[in-house]
This record gives sequence, structure tokens and C-alpha cells, in this order.
Amino acid sequence: MTSDLHAYTTEISGFAGDPIEVYAAVPDGASFGSVAVIHHMPGFDEQTKEIVRKFAAHGYGAAMANLYSREAPGASPDDAAAAARARGGVPDERLVGDVAAVADFLRAQSGSNGKVGVIGYCSGGRQSVLAACSLDLDAAVDCYGAFVVVDPPSDHPLSTVSALTPILGNLSCPLLGLFGADDQYPSPEQTETLRALLTEHAKEFEFHTFEGAGHAFFAVERPSYRPEAAVAGWNLIWDFFGRHLS
Amino acid sequence: MCTYNTETLELTGSAKGATGWFRATNASVYFDHPVHHPAGHALMIDVLNPECGAGARVGLELDADSARALAEAILRTLASVPAQLIEH
Repeated sequence: MTSDLHAYTTEISGFAGDPIEVYAAVPDGASFGSVAVIHHMPGFDEQTKEIVRKFAAHGYGAAMANLYSREAPGASPDDAAAAARARGGVPDERLVGDVAAVADFLRAQSGSNGKVGVIGYCSGGRQSVLAACSLDLDAAVDCYGAFVVVDPPSDHPLSTVSALTPILGNLSCPLLGLFGADDQYPSPEQTETLRALLTEHAKEFEFHTFEGAGHAFFAVERPSYRPEAAVAGWNLIWDFFGRHLS
Repeated sequence: MCTYNTETLELTGSAKGATGWFRATNASVYFDHPVHHPAGHALMIDVLNPECGAGARVGLELDADSARALAEAILRTLASVPAQLIEH
């Protein structure tokens, strides 16, 4: 682990060439693998920026697109999240394009070793799987993403989200799944379904389900935080990315 | 989990946000992860004017019992008002 890193906000061209805000953090010095971080639905917030810096402190280049750049440029994260939700949320095609742009941005960093992984939490967990099934990446981490193998329990017309089952066979890289045994979205039954589907497709993956933890156990500022699961989960992430992004 | 499903509606009125009063034109109602309320999920209400930017917003994060009590209080209040006072 290094304490020397450089963190900054910049702008890149995302899906369809749209300008999107990106928060990046890179370690000083040696060659590094990189991680595209996908923020959760509450937005491009302080907590997720801290995760970006954490990756850099552990020797990875890391960057996160503001997925709400188009709806609310310059707005506070909560206002931007509300504006994006009111317009129906982030379409999958746009998410994939924005993550692709972040991956290209990371590969272009002077210290990059060319390898890029992706990680997301909550809604970003599903989007991490989506990106890994749509882009050529080197590793992916899904932290309790719901609706990977089932559709949302609502037929509301604004819901743009559907199960990823039809594209799981396109998974381009090893997948690490971190889940809570007490979570219902995704439930242990749903993660078992995902396990069976990935096995059927002969994909490389490893899943860990933590007892005594539910949804969002990594979120240190929320009552769902479970320190034992979070610490163990981070150690699994360092091991996984260490093997696949070196 | 993020529930994704969101009720949206148009409305007429005013709201006071972080930068002062604005004309309220839209609202979103959903049950999802709150930003500030210390709970896993909350009933969220955003009163908005998209034409004035994302900052033209009043946000509420309520636990389910509080949200129901608020909704019932609104309906009781409207029901008690003489019909001739209600402008359409």
C-alpha cells in the first residue's frame, strides 16, 4: 500500500461523445493495473470518491464516471441523482459506453500496465456485470448487485432495468461476487441461480456470501455496514485484483 | 437494494429549496436508499423544477410510518377545507 497518490476531477468523452465528469486517482510511481469504479444510485458522492482513492492507495489506477453528468452537470450528488431518477435512470447502453470511456482513459495513463477491472456496489454491482458482459475487461467485481438474474418486481414504465441473463455468456473476464446472506435483492437463491448460469457458460468466477450481513455491508456511513464482512470483502478484492490486474 | 421504480407526477405550486423559492412543476416518489436519513431504505419525495436545474429541488426522506402519516394528514386537511376555497 502507498500513501502517495494524485486525485483529480477531469472531463472525458463518454457514450456518444458526450462530455462526462470523471474522478480519478492514480498512485505515484510504478506500473499499475486499473479499476473502473461505478458509483451507486445515490450518485457521484463523497463515499464513492473515497473508494476511488482507496484503490489508488493500494497501487491501482482508479477512475469513476459521473453517470449523471448529462442530467445535472455541476449539481450536488443528491440533486443529480434525483434529476436522473426523474428522467428514468441510466440506460444500460449509455452505462456501457461511459465505462468503456473510463477504461480507455485508464489504459492511457502513463503508468498503466494495460489491464482494467471494474467494480460496482448495489445498482453498480449489476452494472459491473453488465460492463463485463459488454466490454473486453480483465476482472470484474459485483458487490450485491440486484436484478442480475431476475427482472425488478415492478412493471413501472420508468424502470429501464432488466435481468442480464441473456448476455451472461458474453462475460469477458473473471467475476468476483460479494453478497450478504441476509440480502433479499440479490437473495442467496438469486446468487445461486447466477452461479449455475455462469457454470453452465463455463465462466471463471468466485462468490462469497457473508453470514450476518445484508445489502450494502460495505457502506461505512449506513446502518447496513458490517465491519467483519467489509474487511473480509476488501481482502478478497485485493487478492482478486492482485491476481488478475498485475 | 435499489428499487428503481419511481412514481413521477406533474404538480402546481411553489417550494423552498437551498437557494430560495422556486415554482414547483414535478415530483418523484420512490422507496430507496436515503442520502441522509440513517436507515437502509426510506420513502423519498423530490419536489422539482427541471427547467431551473437539478438544484431546484426539495427532498424528503421519511420512514414508512411517517410517510403514511404525512399522506393521511394531507388528505385529511384537504377534506376539511370548504370546497369553494379549493382552486383548480
